[in-house]
Amino acid sequence: MQELDSVIVRFAGDSGDGMQLAGTQFSNTSAIMGNDISTFPDFPAEIRAPRGTEAGVSGFQVHIGAKEIHTPGDAPYILVAMNPAAFKVNLKDLEQGGILIANTDEFTDKNLEKLDMTGTVLDSPMVEPYKVVRAAITSQTVEALKELDLDNKSKERCKNFYALGLIYYMLHREIDPTLKWIREKFAGKDTLIQANETALKAGFNFGDTIEESVSRFKIPAAKIQPGTYKQINGNTATAWGFIQAAQTSGRELFLGSYPITPASDILHELSKRKDFNVKTFQAEDEIAGICTSIGAAFSGALAITSTSGPGMALKGEAMGLAMMYELPLVIINVQRGGPSTGLPTKTEQSDLMQAFYGRNGESPVAIVAASRPADCFHMAYEASRLALEHMTPVILLTDGYIANGAEPWRLPDLDKDYSTINTTVVKDGDYNDKEFLAYERNAETYARPWALPGTPGLEHRLGGLEKKSGTGNISYDPANHEAMCFERRDKILKMQNSIPELELEGEDSGDVLVVSWGGTYGAVTQAVSKLQKEGKKISLAHLRYINPFPKNFESTLKNFKKILVPELNLGQLVNIMNAEFRCDAHGINKVQGLPFKISELVEAFNKELN
Amino acid sequence: MSEQPTYKKKDFVSDQEVRWCPGCGDYAILSSVQLALTKLGRKKEEFVFVSGIGCSSRFPYYMNTYGLHTIHGRAPALASGIKTQNPDLSVWIITGDGDGLSIGGNHLIHVVRRNLDVNILLFNNEIYGLTKGQYSPTSNQGLVTKSTPQGSIDRPFQPAPLLLGARSSFYARTLDTDPKHMQQMFTRSYNHKGTSFVEIFQNCVIFNDKIHEQFTNRASRDDTTIRVEHGQPMIFGKEKNKGIILKDVKPEVVTIGENGVTEADLLVHDETNPFIANLLAHANDFGLPVPYGVLYCAKDEACYEEGVHSQINAVIDKKGKGDMKKLLFSGETITVD
Repeated sequence: MQELDSVIVRFAGDSGDGMQLAGTQFSNTSAIMGNDISTFPDFPAEIRAPRGTEAGVSGFQVHIGAKEIHTPGDAPYILVAMNPAAFKVNLKDLEQGGILIANTDEFTDKNLEKLDMTGTVLDSPMVEPYKVVRAAITSQTVEALKELDLDNKSKERCKNFYALGLIYYMLHREIDPTLKWIREKFAGKDTLIQANETALKAGFNFGDTIEESVSRFKIPAAKIQPGTYKQINGNTATAWGFIQAAQTSGRELFLGSYPITPASDILHELSKRKDFNVKTFQAEDEIAGICTSIGAAFSGALAITSTSGPGMALKGEAMGLAMMYELPLVIINVQRGGPSTGLPTKTEQSDLMQAFYGRNGESPVAIVAASRPADCFHMAYEASRLALEHMTPVILLTDGYIANGAEPWRLPDLDKDYSTINTTVVKDGDYNDKEFLAYERNAETYARPWALPGTPGLEHRLGGLEKKSGTGNISYDPANHEAMCFERRDKILKMQNSIPELELEGEDSGDVLVVSWGGTYGAVTQAVSKLQKEGKKISLAHLRYINPFPKNFESTLKNFKKILVPELNLGQLVNIMNAEFRCDAHGINKVQGLPFKISELVEAFNKELN
Repeated sequence: MSEQPTYKKKDFVSDQEVRWCPGCGDYAILSSVQLALTKLGRKKEEFVFVSGIGCSSRFPYYMNTYGLHTIHGRAPALASGIKTQNPDLSVWIITGDGDGLSIGGNHLIHVVRRNLDVNILLFNNEIYGLTKGQYSPTSNQGLVTKSTPQGSIDRPFQPAPLLLGARSSFYARTLDTDPKHMQQMFTRSYNHKGTSFVEIFQNCVIFNDKIHEQFTNRASRDDTTIRVEHGQPMIFGKEKNKGIILKDVKPEVVTIGENGVTEADLLVHDETNPFIANLLAHANDFGLPVPYGVLYCAKDEACYEEGVHSQINAVIDKKGKGDMKKLLFSGETITVD
């Protein structure tokens, strides 16, 4: 039996075939067995596209390792193709010499014809570079369940567990965690428990019976930093980061939101957390989502609103209002493929310019971005801290890739690392000997006092009209307007004092500095580290705080001959950097709705190094 | 409980100069709200006035309470956040026919649908004032304005059936020329648990002067309007001799003493009866005088914010308060030494 230090598996089938579930079970089991993991669900926007079509193919890729894993991996080594459409869409990605598991029941002439393929495709030169495992997954599943009192359709539906069982055999997975999950999930429905358990075991045993023709691999537990780990995806981590910020700051959490892919899971997760006094408000539209949050912020909540690109466009005016009110608010944009409705279930980083400039007037807001699924917890907390301590809207950018992707998260020490957030809440007694001014600024942060309705003596009015410096009363005075524009700009700049400086990965000078931001971190760090091992003078600056930039960012740029900025857009951060620093940075861009592959980044960096 | 605050009108007057046009109906509304507030026995700091954009929406600046001047049409959404987060506040939404029924129509129907315990005052002058005189969604067809030089071809909204259709649990109508009645309606709206909607016929002296004249001037008002009161027969007219009866499932205007009609035959207003409320809401379609007063006041319907807080309390009662460490370490975890 071969031992591997990592392996990439992709489950692919119809969107109704349960591939997301199989992938999730496989990754959870691997995490429990001590592997480091990274996952990448890739599914169509349609809930159930027509069966057997390429449009309906749903995939779930999992990268597990005995070493640190940073991405779901470039090319799968094992591909499970539940039908010919999944085969057709995914085969090109399979690593040379990799293993194809084909559900032969679905490779009928009729199904193949629909896809312009012929009956002999599994014997054709197309599959020559791979080891093919033929498995009659559907019929074997039904056969294994023949004693059960279930209709045929329900029996067939268990085939994902059969496929999972086969993978468990090949990769030496323990089946107990999944058996336990099945029992909990279908509690009270004994027939379904029995059916899914039987299918899982049947798949596992099938591997055992064809032992001769199927390779088995072992992926030992990863040598990772001591601690307690929990598998988490980005949207859940985001939700939890906000709850922690609310607990720490003593403010109640309020989410105003309108359902949108791929952000809705934040709404779902927070709606479950009523024991933390979390209020979720499913609004009538995106605008009401942010507006209810601004209202809740006025009432004293840690208020947040979650959305994706199109929703950001709708929230623009209200963001400007929150900026004028100088109330704390976090706006989460789980970026997806744009423009317009774009590619709802795919990933992209093309909303950075929108975050910077997508409002009328001079309207600066803070912007931060999470770098990987577990980092969403930290950055949601940080976004909240900055909003509360500086009394400003903060945009938190994540993306579909890290929002839906999962990885083991080394659980933090909350008391040590997530325990202090100060607010500017004021009480009536604070103004016994001085006048309350709604826009009196803290000298260090420029934050204004937060006086909550219900507090006697601090009655005041906020509005979107320009306000007089200090009092906040309406003012149309030209010089005051300009002064206020500067005050609001400087307020964001002053945040540099409360965000960490940028830490480079690699030497602090050299030939190439790669500057990346947000969800591309995994692939970029792997690519840079590979080239560093080859002796190349390349370093990485990965940004999580984007507006303002860390204090030392500009000076860092000067120590490198070339600056490369890989982004999943047509060049947004790179343009902002060039405008702001005149640093002649070059973009490396991809807009396919897919994350970067490590190999394509290595190639692109190499081109510039030589 | 012990300290009932006592206020004078000036306690609710802010230090900001009021900038409506001389003669604007808004002055009388502002004054009536300030007077009504003095008598509610509620602490000043618990009031929040929230407005959108438009002439009426300058209102919060003139109230010495907490207040938000928001963006066009969105006051109901901000107010929903304020009230949901802190149900102890008395939240008042100030809007107009453009702000509330056009750009903010969506939020208006949804706040009413959810039945948050807030008060909505809609100043209906059937015109856009702050943008200098374009027709609004309540303007009559044919109205000549800057944007309708040949006359408006839009069919207007009738706010009452619209709001009742959105399940408003309280609907009242009043006139900017009747301060006493306005105060009564504001007090009624305050006392109603649930979303209270008050439509105020308001005169725009510059762009749509005298639009409500037939309902307000002494010569015609007794015949063109009817003041409805719960439990009272529907009587109107200068001589108090006209009334409304129900005949063949249709309302009809009759004269008492003619054709054997007596006061006992008249329809008696029941503000809790949605059928009567809808009948009054459609007064125009039935050729009835315009009713003012409380058209509808539903009995004890649950408020949204109460639901939010009771769900939270129920979960905390059952599971205890959330503990972040417990949540983090819940489910499957693995420990590496």
